[in-house]
Order: sequence, then C-alpha cells, then structure tokens
Amino acid sequence: MSSSTTLRINSATFTDELLATNDLSAYYGVRKAVGNVSIVFQRRAITALIGPSGCGKTTLLRCFNRLHELSFEARVEGTVLLDGEDIYVNDADPMAIRRRIGMVFQRPNPFPTLSIVENTMAYGGRGLTRAEKFERAERALRAAALWDEVKDKLKSSPLRLSGGQQQRLCIARAIAAEPEVLLMDEPTASLDPIATAVIEELMASLAEQFMIVAVTHNMQQAARVSDVTAFMLADETGVGRLIEVDETAKLFTKPADRRTEDYITGRFG
Amino acid sequence: MRNQHLGRRRIYATLGTLLALCCAALGAAALLAILGYVVVQGIGVINWTFLTQLPTPVGVPGGGVGNGILGTLIIIGIATAMALPIGLLTGIYLALFGRGSIPEALRFLSDVLSGVPSIAIGLFAYAVLVAPLKHFSAFSASFAFMMLMLPLLVRTSEQAIRSVPQTVREGALALGMSNFRATWRIVLPTARPAIITALLLAIARVTGETAPLLFTAFGSQFWETNPNSPMAVLALQVFNYAISPYPNWQAQAWAGAFVLVFAVFALSLGARLALRRAMRGFEA
Repeated sequence: MSSSTTLRINSATFTDELLATNDLSAYYGVRKAVGNVSIVFQRRAITALIGPSGCGKTTLLRCFNRLHELSFEARVEGTVLLDGEDIYVNDADPMAIRRRIGMVFQRPNPFPTLSIVENTMAYGGRGLTRAEKFERAERALRAAALWDEVKDKLKSSPLRLSGGQQQRLCIARAIAAEPEVLLMDEPTASLDPIATAVIEELMASLAEQFMIVAVTHNMQQAARVSDVTAFMLADETGVGRLIEVDETAKLFTKPADRRTEDYITGRFG
Repeated sequence: MRNQHLGRRRIYATLGTLLALCCAALGAAALLAILGYVVVQGIGVINWTFLTQLPTPVGVPGGGVGNGILGTLIIIGIATAMALPIGLLTGIYLALFGRGSIPEALRFLSDVLSGVPSIAIGLFAYAVLVAPLKHFSAFSASFAFMMLMLPLLVRTSEQAIRSVPQTVREGALALGMSNFRATWRIVLPTARPAIITALLLAIARVTGETAPLLFTAFGSQFWETNPNSPMAVLALQVFNYAISPYPNWQAQAWAGAFVLVFAVFALSLGARLALRRAMRGFEA
C-alpha cells in the first residue's frame, strides 16, 4: 500500500463523506506518532479505530478537533477536511472547529465545580434564554440516556454520580453543543461491563444524529457497535500507520491485509 | 548466622524508630513550649480594653493595642489586594505557558525573592516609598508585605492550577471554550480551595513580620487609618513594648504576642480546613 492513496471502503452503502484526512502526520517534537494517514469518514456511520496500544489511535483522533497541538511540542502535517474545508489552514479557528467536532474522553471528566445541569450546558449556549437552555440541557441529557437518573438532582455535583453516569454526562455535555461529529476516545475503558453496555447502546442511538469516530482497543466492542472499522499499527520505527479500513463485518471476516488478520485473530497485540 | 543478622536488623530498626520518635517529640515540645509560654504570659492581660483601646503613656495603667490591630488589618488588607491579583495571574501564566526561558527566569526570581530577608525588603520599601516622599507610611509597609507574599502566591497558585487534572482542561477546550474561558470558568474554580489555602498561609506569613515595619509603617499612638501616614501595627507594638524597661509594657508585649500567635494559628487552621475541602472534591 502506498502511503498517499486514500483508504476508502468500496461500498454503495456509504457515500456521504463528512470528515477526511489527506497524508496526515502527527509529531511530538521530533517523534512521529502517526504517519501519512489518508482516510475518509462517512456521515451516518460509527467508525471504530482499532489497533494495539501505542499505534497512534488516540493521537489521530486528537488531530480531528485540533487537541493534539496542545501537547508539548506537538504539530501536525497534512490536511484534515471537515465538509471539504481544511481545519488546519492558517485562519481556521480551533474553537469554531471544536464546536462542530465534539469529544468524549477516556476517563469521565465532568467539571467538578459545576452542577449537573451547568455541566451539560458548559459549552455556553450563547443567545439562548434560560428556558431554552434548560430545554436543551434536558434534550441532551435524554439523548444521553441520563435524564431519568438525574432529573431530581440537576443542581447537585456531578462527582456524586457513578463512573458510567459521569461518562454519559460527558456525552450529554458534548452533544448539547450540537456538533456534527462526535469523537470518542475509548469511552468505556474505565467502566464496568454493565455501564459499558449502556454506553454502547447509546452510541448506536446517537449514530442517527452524529457521525461517530470511536477509538477502542476492544475488538469485540468494535465488532458490536461500529459500521466501519479502521485498523492501525505502529511500523518498525514506531510510527502509527493506517493499515486497512472496511465495513466492520468484512474487516473482521475477510481482512485484506495479513497484519489485520494477525491482529484480529489474536496473534499479537 | 541468619538469625543473628535478623536480630541485629531488628535492633537497628527499633533504634531508628525510637530516634525518629524522640526527634518528633522534641520538635513538638519546642512548639508547644512557645505556645504555652505565650499563653501563660499573655492571657492574663487580654481583655476587652486591651483589644479596643489606644496605648497609654508610660505610668498610666490600662490602655491597649486596638490601633495596632486595626493597623495590621489595614496594612495586610492593602498588601493582599495588591499581591493576590499579581500573584494569581503570574501563577496562571506559569501554569499555562510555563515552558521556556522567560517562565523559568520568573520562577527563579520568585524563589530568590522568597529567600530575601524581610529586613532587606523593608529597606527596599524604605528606599522607594519612604525616603523619596520624606515620610513613613502604612502603604510602604503594605508594599513590603506584598513583596513577601508574592513569591508564595506565585508558586502555590501555579501548583494549584497545575494540580487540576489535564483532562478537565482539555474537556473545556474540546467544547470550544477559549483558553482564557477554560481557565477562568473551569480550571480556576477547581483550584480555588488550594488557592485560598495559599492565600491564608501567605497572610499568616506576614502577620507576624516585624522587621520590614520598622522603617515603613513606623508606628503611631493614634487611631490612624490613612495609608499615607505612619500607622500602628501590632507586631511593632510587641517589639517596642518587649524591649522597654517597664513591667506593664512588657506584660502587654506578651499579650500582643498572644494575639498574633492566635491569629496565625487561626489562619493556619482555616488553610487546613480549606485544603481538606479541596481534597474531598477530588476523591469522588
């Protein structure tokens, strides 16, 4: 595979492209963590990024909302296109991009000093009246399947919630801003199996409204929740490479690349 | 052979523990002795008059340090009003953009400043605010106190902001908040208890300072509230009374020392309580 060819799935089902990268590389100082990734994400689909630890999945994900550049001496080469516009051109505003591309982190990170409802509306909600803000908070909390559990304690601290509830609050917080894309960085990594199942169900229902890109190191989870799966692997110099992208069912049953097959059959990683 | 070694090790371990305990007891005893002595000597003189009245001339019984207590509050209040914003904003700057030579230089200067003897800082305040204006003033004392509080506030508020988990900050930025808004609305409130702790400790640090006051606030016999004039300060009164030859002034010095120790004690206790509240927030 040449590094410049864009990996896209050959399917008539998915034709609506919202997010794409072209020859994207990410660095920490001189260390190249992700190398020459070209990939296209579909609008109405959950894409899972899988691969062994240290293959650059999270770094790649953090390039999509320009969070990568916050790390020490981090930089990005290549382009990321959101609806055809490069989010890395000079006058692109990271804040505006992050409004359109929300993110859920590996560990629940509710804002400790804000109440549950304040957390939900933390993005601001400028121009909305109080009633409209509350309405939007309720809608987000319902969409995150959390409303019934918190509706009687909206003004209390989020730190009293369980880990799974906190993570759903973070999802509500991300979708309240009504982004187009939802990035999820191992959203169930710190949760127990029951809370994980709740989040996975939630992802399926959210996919009707948002494009989702989810990093996971759990292949079963990728197989369960995603429509499309992308497999990444670090090469011998430690640079994360995109190996293969395909419809999930196909990638897990008939992988095109030998390395993908080795990984999903558990021969390494 | 092995058992012999084990026995010797056990003896060493016991000896070590005993030694550590003795040293801890010695340290605690010294502190308790000071506290106890100040309480015993001072508490008899403390009464409402002492806390609220002006000093009386030598030989006239009664009198108090009311103006000194008020002066202490005014001078520390002005010092805090200047030191808190500067210290906090510098701390924010160091925590957010803390890499590179300028922040490193700032940190180094701040550490050096915290080691400068307070009398030297008092001299500096004298040189820039007293000598040119040709009169002592409470404000020059506030300025000296500010310089004493600054390094403490800078380094502790930097630490407090750094101790807020990076994920909380990134969560705010990922919602499209500006760097400033994320810091102001999310990171700072999370760090607030630790910052309050630092502030209380900084205030406690200067409450008992006397050296910089000698040639700045200077002292006063009256109810002085104008920061541009010489002002009575409790620590200064304690100093002057303690070195006087009059027994009733010496007694009042002990009472003043008791008030100072009590104030510092209360501030430290408040700082601990604030910190404990902060820790509770992070447990969940």
